[in-house]
Amino acid sequence: MIQAKDINFNSAWQEMTPGGEIYEGGTAAQTITGEWRANVPAFLEDKCKQCLLCVPFCPDASIPVVDGKRVDFDFDHCKGCGICYKVCPFGAITFGKEEK
Amino acid sequence: MNNMTEIRWHGRGGQGAKTACLLLADAAFTAGKFVQGFPEYGPERMGAPITAYNRISEERCNIHSNIYNPDYVVVVDETLLHGVDVTAGLNPAGAIVVNTPKAPEEIRPLLRGYAGRVCTVDARSISEKTLGRYFPNTPMLAAIVKVSGVLDEAQFVADMQASFEHKFATKPQVVAGNMAALTMTMKEVREG
Amino acid sequence: MSIRERLSGNEAVATAMKQIDPDVFAAFPITPSTEIPQYFAQYVADGKVGTEFVTVDSEHSSMSACIGAESAGCRAITATSSAGLAYMYEVLYVAASARQPVTLACVNRALTGPININCDHSDSMGARDAGWIQIYAENNQEAYDNYLQAMRIGEHPEVRLPVMICQDGFITSHGVENILLEETEAVKEFVGEYKPENYLLKKENPMAVGAYDVTQYYMEHKVQQAEAMKNAKQVILDVAADFEAKFGRKYGFFEEYQMEDAEYAIVLIGSTAGTCKVAIDKLRAEGHKVGLVKIRVFRPFPAEELAQALSKCKAVAVLDRSEGFNACGGPLGAETRNACYDLENRPKIINIVYGLGGRDCAVEDAEKIYHHLEKIVATGVTGPVYFHMGQRDLREEVL
Repeated sequence: MIQAKDINFNSAWQEMTPGGEIYEGGTAAQTITGEWRANVPAFLEDKCKQCLLCVPFCPDASIPVVDGKRVDFDFDHCKGCGICYKVCPFGAITFGKEEK
Repeated sequence: MNNMTEIRWHGRGGQGAKTACLLLADAAFTAGKFVQGFPEYGPERMGAPITAYNRISEERCNIHSNIYNPDYVVVVDETLLHGVDVTAGLNPAGAIVVNTPKAPEEIRPLLRGYAGRVCTVDARSISEKTLGRYFPNTPMLAAIVKVSGVLDEAQFVADMQASFEHKFATKPQVVAGNMAALTMTMKEVREG
Repeated sequence: MSIRERLSGNEAVATAMKQIDPDVFAAFPITPSTEIPQYFAQYVADGKVGTEFVTVDSEHSSMSACIGAESAGCRAITATSSAGLAYMYEVLYVAASARQPVTLACVNRALTGPININCDHSDSMGARDAGWIQIYAENNQEAYDNYLQAMRIGEHPEVRLPVMICQDGFITSHGVENILLEETEAVKEFVGEYKPENYLLKKENPMAVGAYDVTQYYMEHKVQQAEAMKNAKQVILDVAADFEAKFGRKYGFFEEYQMEDAEYAIVLIGSTAGTCKVAIDKLRAEGHKVGLVKIRVFRPFPAEELAQALSKCKAVAVLDRSEGFNACGGPLGAETRNACYDLENRPKIINIVYGLGGRDCAVEDAEKIYHHLEKIVATGVTGPVYFHMGQRDLREEVL
C-alpha cells in the first residue's frame, strides 16, 4: 500500500494511489506549514496563567498541551496567523515579524 | 419472418388497451410463443387515442419498430373509427375486430375501403353482464384470439383460468366473471 | 438452467438487481426508468433483498449517496434517465475520478428540450466523457445480461470505474418480450461479493477519499483514470467469456451480424439493431452483401476492433440516435470515422442522425440506407456525409 509520505511532486502516476485515496490518518502533520509563516508568535511562559484560551482558537492545532499545560508553539505547523496573540487576556503571547 | 403475426390495438387512454395488449402477450407466451407487447408511449392523457402492438412468433422477434402492416387490428372504442385510420396498412388477408353492438356490415362502410374480414363484438354488454361493469379488456382479448386463430382456443381458455386465478388471488370472486366474459365473447363474435 | 420468462426491460434489470442484492440503492424516480426503483422498492418491502433503499431529493443526491456508500465499502446502485442523468452530471465525474464502481441503470430518453419522454441517446451520450464505462443493449435480454456483468467489470482492481448499463427507453424498457433469466444462486456466484481492498469503514485502516489535487498531482490521477479505461477493455472481454461459459450467451465489444463478406455496413447502438437485422435478412435473400455492427461497449470505445470489422467494407453508414450539434455529425459517427482513419483502404463513411425523441425507425428505413450505400459505391459520389433521417423535410431526401 502506497503511503502518503512516499508521494511527492516527483511521483509518477504509477507510484500514486488510485483516485488520490489516502490510506492513513493525520497525514496533514507531514506538511510543514510552518514554512509559510511571515509573522511569528512568541510564548512568554512567566506571564501565562494556563487558562488555555489560545488552544481552541488556534486554527492549526499548533499549541501543544502536555499534562494539562500548554507548552511552546509547534513551529513546524504554526502559520503565524496571530489569533492566539489577539485572544490572550494576559499578554503572554507577543507577535512580530518572522526572522528566518 | 413469415410465421410472425402482427396485431395493432387502437383504444383511448385509460380504457385498458395497453393492458389487453400485455395480456395477449402473456397468453401467447404461456402457449410457448415468442412475443412482444408494447404500447406507443407519451404523456398520460385520459381519452386520447392510443396505440399498442403485439408480435407473436415461433422465433424471437428482433424487430423493434412500430407495426405499419398489421395482420389484425383491434378497436377497443368504436368512436375512434371516425378520427383514426384504423385500417391503415392492414393486411387484406387478415381482419379487424371492433367493439360495438353493431353488425359487421354496419361497420364496414366506416373502414375506408378495407376489403378483409370485419368482425364485431359487443364488449360493453358482455362486460356488464358478466362483470357488472364496463371493462372491455377481457372481451377484446378473447375476441382477437378467436378472430386471429393465433392461439389454440381450448388451451387459451385453460391458460387464462390459471392466469386470472393468479392475478386475482386476493379477490377470487372476479375470476368466474372474467372467465364468463371470455367464453361469452368467443361465442358472440360476429363476422361479416 | 435458464428460466423462460417474459419481462419488460425495466423488470429485467430490476430482477438482475434483486438477484445481486446490492448493499445500497439510492434513487429518485424519472420516466422511463421509474419502474426500476419502483420494482426494487417492492422487493425491499417484501424482504426479498437486504438492500438499504435510500430515497433522496434529487439525482444529484442519489449519485452522491452511491459514491458515499461505495467509499464506505458497499456495492451501490441507482437508475435514471434524461434530465435525471443531467442533474447528476457533476457527481458522475466524482464517481469516476474517485474510482468508485457505482452501477447505474440508464434508461435512455431524450434530453430536453422541447420536453419529451421518448427514446434517444442524448442523455448518456452527453455523459460519454465523464469517465464511466458505458454498455448498451439491443433488447431486454441484453439489458439483463449486461447488468449481470457490470459489477465484475467496474469493481475489477485494474479498472475501478463506474458502469452505466443503458437500454432504449420505452422500446425495450416497457416492451414485454421473452427473456431467459438465470437462477439467483448462479447469478450470485457469477457476480460474487464486492471486496474492495480499502474503504472508509475498514476500521483497522483509516482512510480519506476525495482529497483536493493541486496541479502537481491532478494530471497523474487523470492518467490513472485513462489507463483504467484502457484496462477495462480486456476485463470486459474476460467477463464476457466467463459469462458465456456459465450462461451460454456470447458478448463482446460489439456484435457483428452478416459481416464476414459484407460490403455495405451499418454501425449503430441499441434496439434499432434488431430492426436492421430484419432488413439484412431480407436484402441478403436478394443477394445484397450487407451487414451490421451493433456497438455494445461505447466506453471504452473499441476503435481498433471496429476498424478491423469495417476494413473490408466499401461503404458504411453510422447511425447516431443523438445529435452532436457540432455541425458535422453525432458522437458515434465521430468515433467511427476516427477509428477508421488509419485503415489502408478505409470505406466511405456517412453519418445519419435518426430516432430523436422516439421517432420510429422501420425495416424499410434500414433498407433505404443500404441502397444508398450501394449507390455511393456505384456512382463514386459520396454526397452528404452528415444528415438526418425520419424528419419531415421540404428539402430533397438524401436517402
